[in-house]
Amino acid sequence: MSSVDFLFEGIIKAFDLIIGLDPYVLSITGVSIRVSGTATILAALTAIPLAFALSFLDFRGRQVLITLVNTGMGLPPVFVGLFIFVMLVPAGPLGFLRMIFTPEAMIIAQYILVTPIITGISLAAIKAVPGSIIETVYTLGGREMDAIIVTLREAKSGIITAILAGLGRALAEVGAILIVGGNIAYTGSIGGIGEGLSYTRTLTTAITSETSKGDISTSIALGIILISLNLSVNLLANLIQRRD
Amino acid sequence: MKNLFAKIILFSILLSLLSGCIQQTLTGNTSQTVSTAEELRLSTTTSTCDTGLLDILNKRFEEANNVKVLTICQGTGKAIATGELGGADAVMVHDVRSELKAVANGSFIDRSYVMYNYFIIIGPVSDPAGIRDAENATDAFGRIAAIKAPFISRGDESGTHKMEKSIWKAANITPAGAWYKSAGKGMGDTITTAEIMEGYTLSDRGTYLAMKDRIKLRILFESDKEYLFNPYHIMAVNPDRFQDVKYELAKRYVDFLTSASAQDIIRDYGKDRYGEGLFIPAADASDK
Amino acid sequence: MSIGKKDILKNIGLTIYRGELFALMGPSGAGKTTLLRILNLFDDPASGDLMFGGMLLNNSTFGEKNNIRRRMSMLFQTPAVFNTSVFDNVAYGLKIRKADKDTIEKKVGNALSIVGLAGKEKQKALTLSGGEAQRMAFARAIVYDPDVLLLDEPTANLDPANVAKIEEIIKRIRSEHGTTIVIATHNIYQVKRIADRVGILLNGELIEVNSKEGIFSSPLDARSSAFINGEMIY
Repeated sequence: MSSVDFLFEGIIKAFDLIIGLDPYVLSITGVSIRVSGTATILAALTAIPLAFALSFLDFRGRQVLITLVNTGMGLPPVFVGLFIFVMLVPAGPLGFLRMIFTPEAMIIAQYILVTPIITGISLAAIKAVPGSIIETVYTLGGREMDAIIVTLREAKSGIITAILAGLGRALAEVGAILIVGGNIAYTGSIGGIGEGLSYTRTLTTAITSETSKGDISTSIALGIILISLNLSVNLLANLIQRRD
Repeated sequence: MKNLFAKIILFSILLSLLSGCIQQTLTGNTSQTVSTAEELRLSTTTSTCDTGLLDILNKRFEEANNVKVLTICQGTGKAIATGELGGADAVMVHDVRSELKAVANGSFIDRSYVMYNYFIIIGPVSDPAGIRDAENATDAFGRIAAIKAPFISRGDESGTHKMEKSIWKAANITPAGAWYKSAGKGMGDTITTAEIMEGYTLSDRGTYLAMKDRIKLRILFESDKEYLFNPYHIMAVNPDRFQDVKYELAKRYVDFLTSASAQDIIRDYGKDRYGEGLFIPAADASDK
Repeated sequence: MSIGKKDILKNIGLTIYRGELFALMGPSGAGKTTLLRILNLFDDPASGDLMFGGMLLNNSTFGEKNNIRRRMSMLFQTPAVFNTSVFDNVAYGLKIRKADKDTIEKKVGNALSIVGLAGKEKQKALTLSGGEAQRMAFARAIVYDPDVLLLDEPTANLDPANVAKIEEIIKRIRSEHGTTIVIATHNIYQVKRIADRVGILLNGELIEVNSKEGIFSSPLDARSSAFINGEMIY
């Protein structure tokens, strides 16, 4: 069997799995969306106010924080995963939380990875809003809060892009969640597709383990689902932006 | 302005609803048993995961005890480390020396012999190193090194990797050079890499048989009872170490794996698909 | 007012009377914009007194200044346009003053018709031409009926047709609302057409404040006549 055959078989299989609403694949997709979606929402709720604080407020440690954000944008996921693993294993300082190998642990890891990305891109978007816009708000009688709101509106596309970039990174991420999540599926799924359901197995970690089993076509099918997911998120965002 | 916030929130809600729905429809009844049932965390090796044997065993155990087994598949080295750090309740691995060390340092108790099989050496059908005629495993490795045929090592401190290292040591060879490549991955990935590079590798029988139909590599050397012996043991994490550890459940799992019904499953597993069993039950055999 | 170590303005003694149109003239870099920003309570002078309606503002808080600024409006040479519709741009000052919906509808419609942009409410503001954008900014600045209108070279970048339109708008606002207007400009003809009084700013110094007639017929300072007669290079 040539590698091109794997590709075709994978594409056919992907259609089979999607059209047939295969419960195993759906559950994996569900965990991917739930973990990465939650992590991204939480990260956005931190990152956007943080980006505004960094742009509007002058406080001690601001430069340090900006440097941290910029460094954090390129954090290696595997290291973040390892760090969270060491913190969360029962022998670790936060072991009492009993969170290792749970979706929550994966959310924490992705939150740490995604927050700097959303912050960094939002910061750039906010900086790109001309100073004259803010001055105009003041000349028209606006107060600081009005300036912040107008800036948020003017930087809207950039901030949406930031959130999507974060979501894209989270959905595609594998290094951290593999370590802290353990790629666990309930019994029945390991021998093949069809029976078990995902607990901490995501599209990316499933691709890793299916490839490891030598089941290339299933991996390709999962990969196609992953890419379609990313694509539809971006299309949706495009739609939202165009409507404004 | 309100618009944007509304949209972001709407989008988030949609997203979480979507994932919630998927979760709901998927899990359905299962989710209830999942939330109420106790969970046993089993840290084990990729070779037992990838064959599918654990699925059958765990299903039987889950049904009999109304529990869920969460299986984390890692190399032996990491599986033991996970147990030592309290990340699992039980571990099933295949590296006698690491196991004994971990038992000796008090990390595990109730170490029990579950099953065994033999490692095999696989490679391209053309067998450029001629290991089909080798006397034993060390001789086979010697022939591969002599012609510098590509050899793919697991390189991940797994049981298989440790076995491979001990064979090199016994053969008095320090493998190095462009022909010796470390994959740093699980068994399946390593076999796939060997397939692509048309090289040799050491594999457990189970993973190889599970992949056999998809690859061209063939078993070229087996049945060295001394060097290729591959025993699997189950151990419970010492509850004195971690108070949260589910020792009672782990002990029940240990007892189950060594019970007659589980041992029968082990004996028969794979016969229908591969014409031969992948593992040989060993609970009543003397420990090695 | 000083930025860094260089004084931009010095010895400014100036009173603007209610309802007048005061033109601030002077070459580029003379400090016209800086003076307007101080009048708008945007920047603080390094020293001296600042009064509005008889109230001394030297020690006022940001919030107090904000309340006074709410009675004023300032128009820049190049308008900053919000990325929303023309209607929303113009309505902004009313919205932050929490005006009700009917008032907003009525006042925005009125302001847009004054500046000749009626019917463009739904258009995206960023798609307006330069002249249209400046007129929209004008509507945005007058929609909440400010007592004081500060105009910073509002016609400097416009073609003659748009210049004429803006001047018409200025005249109309004065006659309808009696708005006090300070306009910075270096267009002598514009000053002749619309101003009541004139101040000439040169290198940060207000060298002469005089009536329009006085400045053009009998200037008090020799530099004033040099500027007016175009002998000054700027």
